[in-house]
Amino acid sequence: MLTVPDAGGHYGPYGGRYVPEVLMAPLEELEQAYLQAKNDAAFQAELADLLKNYVGRPTPLYFAKRLSEKFGGARIYLKREDLLHTGAHKINNALGQALLAKRMGKQRIIAETGAGQHGVATATACALLGLQCRVYMGEEDMRRQEPNVFRMRLLGAEVYSVTNGSRTLKDAISEAMRDWVTNVDETYYLLGSALGAHPYPSMVSDFHRCIGDEARRQILEAEGRLPDLAIACVGGGSNAIGLFRAFLADSEVALVGVEAGGRGKKTGDHAARFSGGAPGVLHGAYSYLLQDEDGQVALTHSISAGLDYALIGPEHAYLHDLGRATYVDCDDASALAAAVELSRTEGIIPALESSHAVAEALDRAPQSKGKIIVVNLSGRGDKDINIYRENLKEMDADTHSRMF
Amino acid sequence: MPTRIAACFDRLKANNEPALIAYVTAGDPTPEATIEIVAALERGGTDIIELGVPFSDPVADGPVIMRASERALAAGTTLEKVLHIAAEIRKVSEIPIVLFSYLNPVIRYGFERLAKRAVECGVDGFLLTDLSVEEAAGFVDEAKAAGLDTIFLVAPTSTDRRLDLVAKYCSGFVYVVSRTGVTGEQSQVSAAVKPLVERLRQFTDLPLGVGFGISTAAQAGEVGAVADGVVVGSVLVRAIEATPVAALSDTMERMARELKEGAKTGRLS
Repeated sequence: MLTVPDAGGHYGPYGGRYVPEVLMAPLEELEQAYLQAKNDAAFQAELADLLKNYVGRPTPLYFAKRLSEKFGGARIYLKREDLLHTGAHKINNALGQALLAKRMGKQRIIAETGAGQHGVATATACALLGLQCRVYMGEEDMRRQEPNVFRMRLLGAEVYSVTNGSRTLKDAISEAMRDWVTNVDETYYLLGSALGAHPYPSMVSDFHRCIGDEARRQILEAEGRLPDLAIACVGGGSNAIGLFRAFLADSEVALVGVEAGGRGKKTGDHAARFSGGAPGVLHGAYSYLLQDEDGQVALTHSISAGLDYALIGPEHAYLHDLGRATYVDCDDASALAAAVELSRTEGIIPALESSHAVAEALDRAPQSKGKIIVVNLSGRGDKDINIYRENLKEMDADTHSRMF
Repeated sequence: MPTRIAACFDRLKANNEPALIAYVTAGDPTPEATIEIVAALERGGTDIIELGVPFSDPVADGPVIMRASERALAAGTTLEKVLHIAAEIRKVSEIPIVLFSYLNPVIRYGFERLAKRAVECGVDGFLLTDLSVEEAAGFVDEAKAAGLDTIFLVAPTSTDRRLDLVAKYCSGFVYVVSRTGVTGEQSQVSAAVKPLVERLRQFTDLPLGVGFGISTAAQAGEVGAVADGVVVGSVLVRAIEATPVAALSDTMERMARELKEGAKTGRLS
């Protein structure tokens, strides 16, 4: 089961290359360039050096003692990707791909972003490597993730406001693809999650596998055994696949991906692809897709811009069908409550995306006595401060005056 | 028996005349209007119709066709309704009809079911923008079994290896994308057209239709001089957007006539 993807980028029936012909030769070229870089010791050494000295790897695997005690049962560990430079796991992939772009002689980088973490990571990598950078972001996401918009601009990137469709991540990716189709000779598309056409899903997953490799080593050091559960949030699914990959062959480790339940699955306002979607094609890959009965892509909702996307990365679709990973969803309110819990119990303010994974861990902890749970804390919550503030006024009216 | 598309190119070739291939988004502004628009385009000299199936996320299209897709979806246009439009056209016309779609609505409908329904409705072929030939075997088999043509795109970025591969999957004609980019009018015909057509000729005897960016009679002439067909889309769709419904037929007929005359002129010079 672990010999995926095949030469065409398929994970079982999922993945592949579903793009206009104009992009096919450039994707073949990218694949070749990536395979060469992957096997080039100098490239790997340069990336490893940057990850260590610039980005701050390895990140700690932190035992959340107070949280574990409060939820009485499991021992909860947090993989602290929130401590990375730029505040999220996205920098692993952004730096890897930016180095690759430079190696390919591309001077212009484009990217899309939802929550802004991938945009900030890309803008950072481009500043570091002296590359020109344009980031596509939905107008709605620019509003709700305003601090990250400012950071990207401060880093020298051009943030392009996408006003089509739902004005969120889906439309930002579509617009980035239009740019790429038009400027494919000189432009590198630095895709931010484990989705899109082959080789993006496997390449992005490679650049994030350090998350799981470190966590696996660290938990063995700390506990002398593997965890019972590894939990991560899943938008496109890059942080989750980065964590999962190290444990795929360890059948005793249950893998849990947490999708955005939004306002609740009954409302239709969510991004729970497995329970609400069906296989289909969007942005170059075949995977589970939220769509209507005529094959039009459905609008999604999540309080977290990074999970607000209609397609799940193809490798997750494959793991789901195999039963190797389980996918659940967590609604907006539970994610907010988990964020407050983690902030007040451990002094760690998580990104809204990561809060979905934390919520799942807190749900399971009481019935998991003696078990070990590793939660990927994929990003930090600075960017979400305004959303937390707005929502806490409603959900936490009693304590609001006391706390703020 | 040759398909309607093949027969059309054969007839035009005998006259030393390039085909005018007109793209409109089906259901823009309404399904009923599309039937009238197609009739008018045919009266103006259009040889082949590409009926665009509207899609929520048209990544290969520029703003003009994106907006048309939005209007068509707002008017309730589905793939089933596009098939119905084709059937209505077929009641009164023998013009070859190509369905031009993104893949997802087709997957949702089902290849086998679609191939059967398409034949019933008088559709002659398919072009799926985001279906690479690498992923196309199942689809091509269904289409072939039903007697439908499968048209794929080649682009200036296509390597010789890919031109050969894509041409092998095509029937009816090969759609040559004139430049890298999304759909939309351009001020001049891309310099990439002639070398791309010449490269592709080494791999196939199929008719070659060139599209993307062609919007004037003069440009149609330039392309008609080197290719078997001239595909015009965004300029028509923009006119549909800007013209009151009552005047649509006249406008479409006039535009088609000018483009077809332009395309022919290129052949004579």
